[in-house]
Amino acid sequence: MSDNISRRNFIVTGLATVAGISGLGIAAKIADRYGLLAPDHEGIFGVGEALTYGAQRILMSHHSLVREFSRSEISKVSPVNHGRPHYDPYERLLSGNFADWRLYVDGLVARPTAFALADLKRMPSRTQITELNCEEGWSYIAAWTGVQLSFILHLVGTSPKAKWVVFYPFNDFWGSIDMPEALHPQTLLAYGMNGEDLTPDHGAPVRLLVPRQVGYKNLKYIARISVTESLKNIGDGNGSAAPEIGYSWYGGI
Amino acid sequence: MHWGETGTLGTPSLFDLPLPFVLDLGIRGPGRYLHFLAAWVPLFTGLVYAISGLCTQHFRKDLLPRESDLRLQSILKVALDHLRLKRPTEEEAQTYNLFQRLSYLTVIFFLYPFMFITGFAMSPAITSVFPIFVNIFGGFQSARTLHFFAANFLVLFLFIHIAMVILAGFTKRCRAMITGYSTARKKLS
Repeated sequence: MSDNISRRNFIVTGLATVAGISGLGIAAKIADRYGLLAPDHEGIFGVGEALTYGAQRILMSHHSLVREFSRSEISKVSPVNHGRPHYDPYERLLSGNFADWRLYVDGLVARPTAFALADLKRMPSRTQITELNCEEGWSYIAAWTGVQLSFILHLVGTSPKAKWVVFYPFNDFWGSIDMPEALHPQTLLAYGMNGEDLTPDHGAPVRLLVPRQVGYKNLKYIARISVTESLKNIGDGNGSAAPEIGYSWYGGI
Repeated sequence: MHWGETGTLGTPSLFDLPLPFVLDLGIRGPGRYLHFLAAWVPLFTGLVYAISGLCTQHFRKDLLPRESDLRLQSILKVALDHLRLKRPTEEEAQTYNLFQRLSYLTVIFFLYPFMFITGFAMSPAITSVFPIFVNIFGGFQSARTLHFFAANFLVLFLFIHIAMVILAGFTKRCRAMITGYSTARKKLS
């Protein structure tokens, strides 16, 4: 008899499946409440994203720091996938050496501010030698110099309700990160690379550096930063433009 | 494929795959999402399998080579049977032979964990918590190359495994696998 599927086994398995599925719904609600739910969690592939993001967020609940390297390990070749935008206003700002460029910071902040590049360079800076690895496979190590994003966010005074920080670059590849990532000490608004100003193809005047996530999350050519409570009404609600081309919102992989 | 921490087109590589056309493909479809969703499946099923295997002593009883398996005569017989592509008798199919035992143990206790660890080594988030995962391989690019090889060995195992199942009698073996029923056991009981 034990060789056959008994009726009792069948009923127990059926009930477990139903409980499992309804449990998933409840789990998603709880995860969302504790900021453990990725914006692109919907659909069948979203299950993987929800698991990956939730698990890694719990794992990194303290500010775990990525490896930093020595000066001798800096790579000689630093590849670029998508070069600078060849249209205005980027071209115009570039030709003026970004003197007219402003970084607009708005949204759920007490003091919306427009920063000039010189303003950022006057702020306390941080230089870190970290690796940037693209999901396509290449990787390089560089010394990045910039302002900690947390410093800017404290300056403008983010609301306690704020959950996400959205970045709008001069190209259309917008994206966002969660608050723990935004306040991480190695998350920079970088304006320098290997001791020099960021080159246009590497994201001048300022790029985001989130070394706990892969290359494509490190957005270049930043024009505006907006702090928000919800990503639902921005774009198609997936938190960034990346899911449109098959890349997930979260890039901790 | 590169070795060490960093690498890209134009820097010295370990070897180049003859697949230059993939550079022009761009990103199509849900392959990337599928990869990271699929990675969770063997983690959960693997945990259930490993725990139940330990509890029922399946690994010790059925997979660890028996003393009788290790006699030269028995090794030669199994090797010859494999070379001749001989179909196992029903009695032989009741247990795993030495080659099966060794390949299953390798896949379960080496290749699968290795896939996960080399995968973790490529995650900047996970290595920020556990840098050891990437440091034991000597860098991100080494881990990536090893991940690639391990994946190929798993696919190779799958093909050979399926081929052997077909050789041993596809319907019979699948029925035995799913229901635990087999003609030989029937006779014994």
